[in-house]
Amino acid sequence: MVTRKRFMAAAAAGALLLGVSACSQGSTTKQPDAGGAQSSGPAHIKIAYQQWGPGVVMKNFLTGVKSEYEAAHPGSQVEIVPVVASENDYYTKIQLMMRSPNTAPDIVYEDTFLINSDITAGYLKPLDDYIGKWDQWSQFEDTAKGAAKGQDGKTYGVPDGTDTRALWYNKQIFAKAGLPADWQPKTWDDVLSAARTIKQKVPGVIPFNMYSGKPMGEASAMQGFEMLLYGTKDTLYNYDQKKWVVGSQGFKDSLNFVKTVFSEGLAPSPKDALSPNMGSKVGTELLPQSKLAIDLDGSWIYGNWLKSGAKPWPQWSTVLGQTAMPTQDGSGKGKVSLSGGWTWAIPAKSKNPDAAWDFIKTLQTQKNAAKYATDGAQIAVRKDVASDAAYKSSSASTQFFTDLVSVTVYRPALPEYPKVSNEIITAMESVMTGQSQPDAAAKNYDQAVEGIVGGKDSTTTQSTGQ
Amino acid sequence: MTTTVAPTSATAPSGKSTGGSGKPKAAKLVRMLPLSPAIGLMLVFLAGPIIYCVYAAFTNMALTGPGAANVKFVGLDNFRKAFSSGAFTNSIWLTLVFTLISAIIGQNTLGLGLSLLMRRSTKVVRNFVGTAVIGAWVLPEIVAAYLLSAFFNDDGTLNVMLHAVGLPGQDWLYGAPIIAVSLANIWRGTAFSMLVYSAALSEIPKEIEESAAMDGAGGWRRLLFVTLPMITRAIMTNLMLITLQTLSVFGLIYAMTRGGPGTKSQTLPLYMYEQAFSFSQIGYGTAIALVMLAIGAVFSLIYLRGLNSEAA
Repeated sequence: MVTRKRFMAAAAAGALLLGVSACSQGSTTKQPDAGGAQSSGPAHIKIAYQQWGPGVVMKNFLTGVKSEYEAAHPGSQVEIVPVVASENDYYTKIQLMMRSPNTAPDIVYEDTFLINSDITAGYLKPLDDYIGKWDQWSQFEDTAKGAAKGQDGKTYGVPDGTDTRALWYNKQIFAKAGLPADWQPKTWDDVLSAARTIKQKVPGVIPFNMYSGKPMGEASAMQGFEMLLYGTKDTLYNYDQKKWVVGSQGFKDSLNFVKTVFSEGLAPSPKDALSPNMGSKVGTELLPQSKLAIDLDGSWIYGNWLKSGAKPWPQWSTVLGQTAMPTQDGSGKGKVSLSGGWTWAIPAKSKNPDAAWDFIKTLQTQKNAAKYATDGAQIAVRKDVASDAAYKSSSASTQFFTDLVSVTVYRPALPEYPKVSNEIITAMESVMTGQSQPDAAAKNYDQAVEGIVGGKDSTTTQSTGQ
Repeated sequence: MTTTVAPTSATAPSGKSTGGSGKPKAAKLVRMLPLSPAIGLMLVFLAGPIIYCVYAAFTNMALTGPGAANVKFVGLDNFRKAFSSGAFTNSIWLTLVFTLISAIIGQNTLGLGLSLLMRRSTKVVRNFVGTAVIGAWVLPEIVAAYLLSAFFNDDGTLNVMLHAVGLPGQDWLYGAPIIAVSLANIWRGTAFSMLVYSAALSEIPKEIEESAAMDGAGGWRRLLFVTLPMITRAIMTNLMLITLQTLSVFGLIYAMTRGGPGTKSQTLPLYMYEQAFSFSQIGYGTAIALVMLAIGAVFSLIYLRGLNSEAA
């Protein structure tokens, strides 16, 4: 009899559970209508962006635009959703959010390297109808417009800035090591020999930092590895043959460079380099405290040292110099840079795309774009902002990094790229920790890439036509 | 002698509550009726995800890219890819090492040892040791992981202790990550084995051991020939449970080493997580999950055979 009672109780509990879940199902599915989806009237919009490390520039910027928007659209509500996550985790989290209409934000901040992959996944909404009626679109640089274009020729995002990459170096440490204040390395060897000199003459200082390995995600692949690879004669993708490049000498040479800096102790210890916090550590500790001599990094890092930044450091413009990353042996254009950038996109499952578009327009007025370019240490993508005197003089490095746009390379923004990028950082990490030799790691990479892009037919060993 | 005492805990109440075999089938069905909501819930929330996981393992499902828009059936591709991948075989190997060191050897023998010692100790010692060991078990996994990270860190407690007695320290989390996480798992999980063995040992009648002692058996002989054979069932059950628990340990390792450096502590759950959620390949990730399930099943079968042969 006891058992029967138990069964009854379980059944009752089960029925109750079913009922509860049915109820909640009903209420959640009804919600969208209540929000007034298709009208441009008052709406509730959710905007998701990445929040990582101590920086609050984006949060402050969005908060400002939110109040501007809410004042102009009475009754509207903008919910700012910071997704607290490191590089790769952020992409995963927003992809999971965008999969379901219940969780999809109305606006999402998308890295351009992932945008094609997410377009192919069907997560994003084409914006051509909106852009066609937007008089500000002609203000955007063509290269930036291209960064948010799908393979179907439609535009899926509004870029809010771009970036370039180069070497930052500490002139005070250089002086101690007897190196020139106006340092201009011409080859990889010049970089290495400067690092070796620093290691010898200024002990206690990390000579050289390049992001490597999985925890730093795309920063390792792009800012670290590809800054090397695109300075060799090889590339990742052959646009003429429409094939991915495998088995290239440049790939092995780049891995060898990684091996050299880590095995000779010219870089942070692999243990520190593999911390997911390395990015903010470099920006807020190592550089401002003069513990790092040369840093291969992006144009934006001085944003840390602005008054609004995570670690105000007004002296940075005199202590630090910038110089272009040289190519392997000085050939080609002699210097190399890569560019990326972020865009504002509307998920396909957004409930309020019209209101979301209105908000993006507010984000990208000339005034707001200029504000973000200055506070967020971005390279402007709007022509009117780029030619603005206040923007040009906004930091000591703006001119230098803007000039690099003439040599910059964009990543092969194809749907497979994110997977290829993961294989790059896996190869890097196995080399920097001494688990594999560069040749073996490169071989693994070749194999993995063949698997990703669909066999040997989709790969080539020739790197022409970048 | 050993056969005279049947372990009490393992006998299931059989036959009494099923209504007897004489009743008509209809009545049986009616009595099953109240069970149906529970069965329905089980099917939806337990079997459902498992079936979905099996399905996903044979597709190219992904979080982004082509595999997210139209999911295609790819047959055994994911498994083929896994077994030809060095990273996968590496993680299988590490999983086995981790399970062997931390569960089968570490937690199991330490738990047995502690429960044997505690049986003979005073109440004060027993309470003190019991509280300390169970404390490690009660701590949330992530808290334990942070504590142990601090313990194994380069300038952490372990190295300070080693230096104090003149031994060289080493960077455990970087130099010997699989050892560090194994030790951490022993620290955290020993309480479970200890409780299981304490319960089993308390079932052994004192007279049996006493008479063995009267017959002249020393401590070790009593342990080997009297005590252990009498708790074989507990040993097998415990081994099965802790093996299955250990195979799926994720949080502890993730928080301590993230599977690194490189892939030196990347056990199967971490590899699965990386492939599915960092690298967005859900299909491949679930295929790895199935392999993990199979490994767990193999272990279970081995232990079950052990249990059955004991029962026979």
